[in-house]
Amino acid sequence: MAELWQTYGIWTATTLAYTLLVVVGLLLAVAYLTYAERKVMGAMQRRQGPMTVGPFGLLQPIADGLKLFSKETIIPSGANRPVFLAAPMVLFSLALVAWVVIPFDKDWVLANINVGILYLFAISSMGVYGVIMAGWASNSRYAFLGALRSASQMVSYEVSMGLIIVCVILCSGSLNLQEIVLAPRPLWMQILLFPMFIVFLISILAETNRAPFDLPEGESEITGGFMVEYSAMAFALFFLGEYANMILMSAIATTLFLGGWLPPFGLSFLAFVPGIIWFALKVCSVLFFFIWARATLPRFRYDQLMRLGWKIFLPLTLFWVILTAGVLIVFDALPG
Amino acid sequence: MIVQALAFYLFAGILTLSALMVISARNPVHSVLFLILAFFNAAGLFVLLGAEFVGLILVIVYVGAVAVLFLFVVMMLDISFSDLRKGAMQYVPIGLGIGGILLGELMIIYGGWKFAPNMSENLAAPLLRFESSSNTQSLGMILYTDYVLAFQLAGLVLFVAMVGAIVLTHRTRAGVRRQSVAEQQKRRPEDVLEIRKITSRTGV
Repeated sequence: MAELWQTYGIWTATTLAYTLLVVVGLLLAVAYLTYAERKVMGAMQRRQGPMTVGPFGLLQPIADGLKLFSKETIIPSGANRPVFLAAPMVLFSLALVAWVVIPFDKDWVLANINVGILYLFAISSMGVYGVIMAGWASNSRYAFLGALRSASQMVSYEVSMGLIIVCVILCSGSLNLQEIVLAPRPLWMQILLFPMFIVFLISILAETNRAPFDLPEGESEITGGFMVEYSAMAFALFFLGEYANMILMSAIATTLFLGGWLPPFGLSFLAFVPGIIWFALKVCSVLFFFIWARATLPRFRYDQLMRLGWKIFLPLTLFWVILTAGVLIVFDALPG
Repeated sequence: MIVQALAFYLFAGILTLSALMVISARNPVHSVLFLILAFFNAAGLFVLLGAEFVGLILVIVYVGAVAVLFLFVVMMLDISFSDLRKGAMQYVPIGLGIGGILLGELMIIYGGWKFAPNMSENLAAPLLRFESSSNTQSLGMILYTDYVLAFQLAGLVLFVAMVGAIVLTHRTRAGVRRQSVAEQQKRRPEDVLEIRKITSRTGV
């Protein structure tokens, strides 16, 4: 037993500490992302955003959280109780477990697994279950419609996201996220990947059900979609899960396209700044794009969304995979 | 080692239990959800074996895509499963028979493994040239070199199946107004709008 403790005890303790750090950091980031969203959208629409709670309204997210804590959880009588309660937990825990493979800095990663990017893809493709379970278990037309929309939307955009990831993997020759960040990326390769970065940014908007693709919520047509029946903490878990997913997708975009923790534009004299700061700044800039898109664009119509996913992004990304592979083979630049 | 064994029993236990729940749950949606849990635990077993690529592909393909569609179908169809269950007992002998045959065959295989002296020579040995690379790399190396034809054929079969499914379920309905984006983009105000000066009380 003492030997077991020697081998696993220390490892378990450090892992638990690291996990706690990541979870607390993520929850804080989610809280202040909601604040940033309201402030940035306020600035874009010539309003002030939250102002009253705390200096500059800085305590507003904490107050919102407390409010949701103190509310009563209402479960509709027609709902399927176990599934109804499991759905927000599934969604939220999936948004958390994905973080184990994200490298925050060189070797700052909980599980440096060989197939990190596949793991992320698998976790994000499972996110759809939280939504479907919520929509079905609520036993409500609006919720079910929202869940159907969300599921078909997420499944459709996952296809092109997978192909974009294939492009990146082709250029870096590894499925390990650290190696993807560290793989040399000359200028021509960056130019080759740039259109895929744009498509990826649009796809993650759809994947996280954010505006202008927020049809699953669609408050003007289906009154709030799959979470219409949820209240109090169950609703808060959906909310946290959605924002944690936004941060996660931004982190994935940063890792795949923006060079992770490395200084931007290959400016190596900036390397004295800790990598995690660069990582955070890059994630924030992608998050700003999320909010910017929400403040600027009107909601898509459903058939337009499907058309964009299947008839434009899918052929484009498929073509780009072939183009990338062709370029790499012709110029003999295939890594690994 | 002991932790690995514990993890194995955890995954295998949940896998077996959820597989049992798939066939015994009263609500079909619950059945599918348990099926998803079973897939997930099977992926965990693959990861324990050191086949992380296969495990994650299992999650991506089966959990992420196949089971979603399955869940859709089960949710949308309004089947009364209690009616279907009524006559189920008459199939029990056949089921038991098939199960018994499978069990017997498994026992024969296992027995041969155990008692026949030459069996171990037929073991599929891991290819030595891939010993140093990760299993993603070795799978890729072997799929795209030695088995490229079989791999492409499998892709072709799936493609044909997809086209077939679309052709079989496609219907053309009369009176559907489709949006043609190209045509909409081509429209110019001067083609479709006309400005007339109208003197009051005359109408158009």
